[in-house]
Amino acid sequence: MSGVQYSITARDLCLWYGKFQALKNVDVKIQHGLITGLIGPSGCGKTTLLRCFNRVNERYGYVTTTGEIKILNKNIYDPDVSLIELRKSVGMVFQRPNPLPISVYENVVFGLRVHKERAALKKSTLNQAVEEALTEVGLWKDLKDRLQTKATGLQLEQQQKLCIARLLPLKPEVILMDEPCSALDVEGARAIEELMFELKGRYTMVIVTHNMAQARRVSDECIFMLLGELIEHARTEDMFLTPANPKTAEYIEGRYG
Amino acid sequence: MLAEPHRRVKRRPFELVSEKLIEALICVCGFSAIIFVFSIFFFVLREGAPFLSRLQMGEFLFSTEWFPTSQTQPKFGVGALVVGTLSVTILAMIIAVPFGLGAAVFVSEFCAGKAKETLKVVIELLAAIPSVVWGFIGLTVMSPIVINTFHVPIGINMFNGAILLALMSVPIMVSIGEDALKAVPDSYREAALALGATKWQLVYRVLLPAAKNGLLAAVLLGVGRAIGETMAVLMATGHSVRIPKTIFDPVRTLTATIAAELGETSKGSDHYQVLFLIGVLLFTITFVVNLSADLVIKGIRKK
Repeated sequence: MSGVQYSITARDLCLWYGKFQALKNVDVKIQHGLITGLIGPSGCGKTTLLRCFNRVNERYGYVTTTGEIKILNKNIYDPDVSLIELRKSVGMVFQRPNPLPISVYENVVFGLRVHKERAALKKSTLNQAVEEALTEVGLWKDLKDRLQTKATGLQLEQQQKLCIARLLPLKPEVILMDEPCSALDVEGARAIEELMFELKGRYTMVIVTHNMAQARRVSDECIFMLLGELIEHARTEDMFLTPANPKTAEYIEGRYG
Repeated sequence: MLAEPHRRVKRRPFELVSEKLIEALICVCGFSAIIFVFSIFFFVLREGAPFLSRLQMGEFLFSTEWFPTSQTQPKFGVGALVVGTLSVTILAMIIAVPFGLGAAVFVSEFCAGKAKETLKVVIELLAAIPSVVWGFIGLTVMSPIVINTFHVPIGINMFNGAILLALMSVPIMVSIGEDALKAVPDSYREAALALGATKWQLVYRVLLPAAKNGLLAAVLLGVGRAIGETMAVLMATGHSVRIPKTIFDPVRTLTATIAAELGETSKGSDHYQVLFLIGVLLFTITFVVNLSADLVIKGIRKK
């Protein structure tokens, strides 16, 4: 086991929405540089778990969280943690593409503008960041002449790629993806999956998905959750071929969910 | 029940007629706004129209001499009144826009639960205060405050009126502005927050640009309220015909002039007709404000 690096380590994580307990004593270690799939039926807590990793759950005032999550060797639930810094190193891609209603260019540099001093943002730095990020997600060729158009007018697939691109200038450690393909058509989904393969290794990715086939295609490891509990965490091949837990087997076979 | 299924399919003549009737009724409701606007414009113009032939437009609009009741040589120049209306409105907006939009942002983004509900109710209560009562406040409360704070001889002046107008238009701006901010999809907020934006960065980098049409509409409704307001400005601005040199000079507005003088004129006299023309002028000003707002919003949308 030596040499394995973990990006995220959660210990005894519990979460309540009001009185409803959505996560029950979750322990999980997510390896650096891999794509980890979170699967399970609706309401099992997989999206909640994902949203714990950048603490975006706490927008709603009625959420209580206990336990700890270590990212980059720091417990992100420590009181001295800055949410701003946390979200800089843990980016998130949402179910529906949600580029901001500003230009493509401004979408990509939004993170830099938010995190860097105004003086550190020279025009050339920004231009370079935009070109790098858009090249990395394969949008540069299509969009280089349309950088000033509004991002909300792009095709959905391009919007979702842009949503990934805008995380990259911040050099995140982790990219969280909440069903990133569910609003896209087959072509769009394939393009995003290919993009995920290209980003693999440099970033740790955690993807929530309802689509078993997708989980099997893209993820290296899989986590199966049920009713707020983590049932099984294994390499993807192992989980789909020889699931250890009968509940996992039944879900994968499509008996429920 | 199964024995008579066709009875439900076959409609009675009454049902058919009432269907058409309701459709027609709704149609009338829809078009009534247009009918009302045009007929109001028509009737106001009709009362003032006979004087149009004797009116010199340049003198009417730009002369500051308003002596409508002179026996020998009445003069009808509304220049000072137009300046009065515009100056009070502009000053009121300078005060009200930051205040109103700030309150809208606070209520919509920084405030939750009970505090939010209470604030909204209280702000709407502010809108329910009759304008005459605002006038009282201008006369009895604001006037001494203005005199003592700024050491000016008269407390009933443009500044006093503008503050009242600002307070009167803030509630509209807050509720429309808050609606506009509420209409911004939550996914924008999540996107910005997940990128590490602070609340304030979220507001000025994302929400204000995203809601700008609605916020502009909020401001313009406030402007409309301020231009059209009569009673409070009649009581609080000093009602003196002149071009103000400082914000502490008394002024008189178009609306206050009509309200104060129409009762004293005999129907059909020159004075009477000029007052109606002032009404047409007011109408035109608000029309231009609304139209330009529409064009501005359309322009923004195209971008």
